[in-house]
Amino acid sequence: MSMRRFVAVLSFCSLSWMSACNGEPEAVSDTILVGEYGSLSGSEATFGQSTHDGILLAIDEINAAGGLKGKKLEVKTYDDQGKTQEAGTAVTRLITEDHVVAVLGEVASSLSIAGGRVSQNYNVPMISPSSTNAQVTEIGDMISRVCFIDSFQGYVVGKFAYDHLKARRVAVMFDQGQAYSTGLKDDFIREYTAIGGEIAGEPQAYTAGDQDFSAQLNAIAALQPDAVFLPGYYTDVATISIQARRAGITAPLLGGDGWDSSQLAQIAGESIEGSYYSNHYSHQDTSPAVQDFVKKYQAKYNKTPDGLAALGYDATKILFDAMERSPSLDGKDLAAAIAATKNFQGVTGLISMDENRNAIKPAVIVKMQGGIPTYVTTIYPKGTEPAPTEVPPVTPPTADTAAPVEPATAPH
Amino acid sequence: MATLAERAKSLRPSASKMALDSVGPVVLAIGLTLLLHFVVGPAVGHSGTKILLDMGINIVLAVSLNMVNGFTGQFSIGHAGFMAIGGYTAGIVTYYGGYKLFGTTNPTGGFLGAGQWLFALSCIAGAVTSGFFGYLVGLPSLRLKGDYLALVTLGFGEIVCVLLTQSGAVVPASGIDAVPAWQLPYHVGGAVGFSPLPFYTNLFWVYLFVCITVLFAYRLKESNHGRALLSIREDEIAAEASGIAVTPIKVRAFAFSAAFAGVAGGLYFHLLGALPKPGELGFQKSFEIIIMVVLGGMGSVSGTILAAIVLTILPEVLREFSDYRMVVYALALVLMMLVRPQGLFGIREIWELGRERRKKARGSR
Repeated sequence: MSMRRFVAVLSFCSLSWMSACNGEPEAVSDTILVGEYGSLSGSEATFGQSTHDGILLAIDEINAAGGLKGKKLEVKTYDDQGKTQEAGTAVTRLITEDHVVAVLGEVASSLSIAGGRVSQNYNVPMISPSSTNAQVTEIGDMISRVCFIDSFQGYVVGKFAYDHLKARRVAVMFDQGQAYSTGLKDDFIREYTAIGGEIAGEPQAYTAGDQDFSAQLNAIAALQPDAVFLPGYYTDVATISIQARRAGITAPLLGGDGWDSSQLAQIAGESIEGSYYSNHYSHQDTSPAVQDFVKKYQAKYNKTPDGLAALGYDATKILFDAMERSPSLDGKDLAAAIAATKNFQGVTGLISMDENRNAIKPAVIVKMQGGIPTYVTTIYPKGTEPAPTEVPPVTPPTADTAAPVEPATAPH
Repeated sequence: MATLAERAKSLRPSASKMALDSVGPVVLAIGLTLLLHFVVGPAVGHSGTKILLDMGINIVLAVSLNMVNGFTGQFSIGHAGFMAIGGYTAGIVTYYGGYKLFGTTNPTGGFLGAGQWLFALSCIAGAVTSGFFGYLVGLPSLRLKGDYLALVTLGFGEIVCVLLTQSGAVVPASGIDAVPAWQLPYHVGGAVGFSPLPFYTNLFWVYLFVCITVLFAYRLKESNHGRALLSIREDEIAAEASGIAVTPIKVRAFAFSAAFAGVAGGLYFHLLGALPKPGELGFQKSFEIIIMVVLGGMGSVSGTILAAIVLTILPEVLREFSDYRMVVYALALVLMMLVRPQGLFGIREIWELGRERRKKARGSR
């Protein structure tokens, strides 16, 4: 009996092995296959799903407009469950089995690094929609991104806290197990102290998934900071904000794009009200590019797009733009075309690639009001602050006037 | 009537058979790995090769864990921790060592070139470090039993993760000369993970180490050491009463198991080219390995190998199901456990199953 079962298992194995190896035949010639890998399941699943929605919307639009020289674009998506090994396997499979011309992904920086190493190895261009850690594009010339990097985000939050909130002492609490969080913490501290701010006490560390933050929060409460910077992901931030209010911290909480999820307000409720975070775009931005995108997204998915959806959309559009400019769809040509992107009008702002294939573009600050991230202001990279006359295509005039309208929730 | 010495001599196999027994498997292993590397690898393509590599690494992990969880009946949940120690050690050797030796952090030399030998050496260095830690952890904790040991190993695995998370950023190739050599092991990437490591892992090395691990595990099981381990697993008090020094033997098994996990770590990290963030090497990874051991049969080397193969291929095949992939995967696990709660082969090996049945059939006649 058991022998027979063993044979059955073995034959199942070999069968499945064969199917795993053969995969599909090469992409048919009238479509162009683009690969995507993301965390569609796992603890940061909303990140992957939003990005995926944004990518699909862009692909639909491109195809409706006739595709690339008559060829339709098609996207092949693999789930990596937020695991490094899975990310490596997914990208290997996309490139060597499905023969994609380019790869889109990932959100989490460590996964972008793992997938990026594979892409670079096979000379297939990869665009990360939203990995902000500096190391991602340092992998090589095949890897680029359409979001700003952590050092800029640290600058944005620091500048906002100092100039707009008039906060002079900020306490910091970060996730020591996330590259994103530790990187952003360092960048914030550097940028904020550079413009004259002071970090209250030592930065407090926690680990993703912790349930009790009272020790760190009580220490912070005793320092009476003007604001608390929490460069973590929304799941932990929500829990921390609830416990922070309980610990008597009334100062506004500040964060980065890791906060960007509809679940933040759902979990945190009242306690996150009046807090600020930097993001890639705000759906309340009145510029035509943003409003057009929001309308189309709502029509298709019946929900409001978050920043990750907008970045997924922009990444796809930039890839398509590069495909149109590139002499061929060969990896090297395509990567060069992506790197040459200049002044591309995306949903998340006017995007240009710098020499390290990082996007240079503004960031927005939003405030949690009534459970909705409300647009506050736009902050530009150092030296690229547009003169008021240049503003219109990127940000409507209201953007600048909106800033003073939102007076700092007076820190005590 | 022959004397005892003569009788013992007649039982001893001939010199040629002994030579064949000791050299044969090694020759076979090298032949097999070369075949895999030069024939099978190109035939199944890059993606197939990646799955084969994952499979080999999982076999090393599962078979090595079986030495503790299967043979000895101790419950260790710290295997991923040992894997991490081995992997980081190997990474330091190939990344920083490679730079000091060859002046570059990129892969050097072709198949069996200088870089590859450095890589093999790094895996062995990983094994030694990890085995040493296994010994250190085992010494006090293997006096504990059952749940308590599980907790200690769990704690150990988490400590490794947290410590690795606290490490410094990787020094880029251009800056290595400026950092004193003794400080380099501290710079292993922190929360981002150790990257970029050179891609050295290939079918040849993975399956060479697979063969060594399997051979070691099987011979251990059949040796008097292995018998002692099995007796500890069946009844520790009875084993002690029969004159087996329980703790030293357990510690030894633990150290060997950790050493092979270290090898697997070295192979795994040079396959990814980037070490996964330490958070991924926590107890969840350990449980993935435990599942393979339990599914294959606690104490069955061939069963564990089969389980490692099935559990590597299954998620890949199920990729087509996309969203429902992990549900189907979990269902398959539940089903397998319901059908065979003792694992695929229990404590026996594949070839013993048929023998068992024939014996039973003969007995019933």
